[in-house]
Amino acid sequence: MGRVVVDVMPKPEILDPQGKAVAAALSRLGFDQFANARQGKRFELEVEGEVTDEVLAAARAAGEQVLSNPVIEDVVAVYADETAVTA
Amino acid sequence: MSRIGVVTFPGTLDDRDAARAVRLAGGEPVALWHGDADLHGVDAVVLPGGFSYGDYLRAGAISRFAPVMSEIVDAANRGLPVLGICNGFQVLTEAHLLPGSMIKNDHLHFVCREQVLSVDNVDTAWTRDYTQGERITIPLKNQDGQYVADEHTLDELEGEGRVVFRYQDVNPNGSRRGIAGISNARGNVVGLMPHPEHAVEEGFGPDGGKGPRTGTDGLRFFTSVLHALVG
Repeated sequence: MGRVVVDVMPKPEILDPQGKAVAAALSRLGFDQFANARQGKRFELEVEGEVTDEVLAAARAAGEQVLSNPVIEDVVAVYADETAVTA
Repeated sequence: MSRIGVVTFPGTLDDRDAARAVRLAGGEPVALWHGDADLHGVDAVVLPGGFSYGDYLRAGAISRFAPVMSEIVDAANRGLPVLGICNGFQVLTEAHLLPGSMIKNDHLHFVCREQVLSVDNVDTAWTRDYTQGERITIPLKNQDGQYVADEHTLDELEGEGRVVFRYQDVNPNGSRRGIAGISNARGNVVGLMPHPEHAVEEGFGPDGGKGPRTGTDGLRFFTSVLHALVG
């Protein structure tokens, strides 16, 4: 079993209301080291076999066409998760 | 009598209200099912509000791939009048029938209020019974209602008169340039966050000129499309 991770983040120029709320909560709770926070999404896509270049390309396409909305989000990373347990 | 389709997705909430609005305006509502790739010969389509697919992934993102949507996209591109309300507006942006997108309200709270809008374009299939600049009051209720688009798209929308509705008195969710609703270039596809179908009958709408709950400012969306269809 292989696994591909697709990370999606709100575009830098788009205000991230959730991230803002997280940053405010962190500082309220004493985590005052953090000046800012942004919240995104991590998708884990599992395949039966190994993570081939073809699988990665398909994950990248899925990331751009379905998992993210390019108006408000960027796919920031697509990579094989090496820690995925091999069946 | 013109037949107006009203789509139901899993998680749609306002399909009954939308069908009722069509009937009160003098049209015949036709229930359309998300899994049915057939528009049953309707003359126009309403995508109602709600939380289709629980807003999973992004609001409207999964609904866009429903079998009925590919029919709607094709028909809309051929000129079929389509109105997206709230979640329906989100579906239209995800389906690329309208530009931009909606993100969470800037204040992060669900908002539910009687909202004043201006009707800034009365040349669309869904607004021709209003007067230019008219102020109307209809309910607004959502979590992800903040309209965003890049500056170029916003300038284009404004330049082409495609900002159809603008929030007045207060910007309830941080929407860019106070935009509450927009249209495509042709004017047959319109989307907005507030809910005209909840302001179509005295006794059940927002407060109006004749007293509490007498507001029916939303009804003319539906009479507009009926008039547009008969030419």
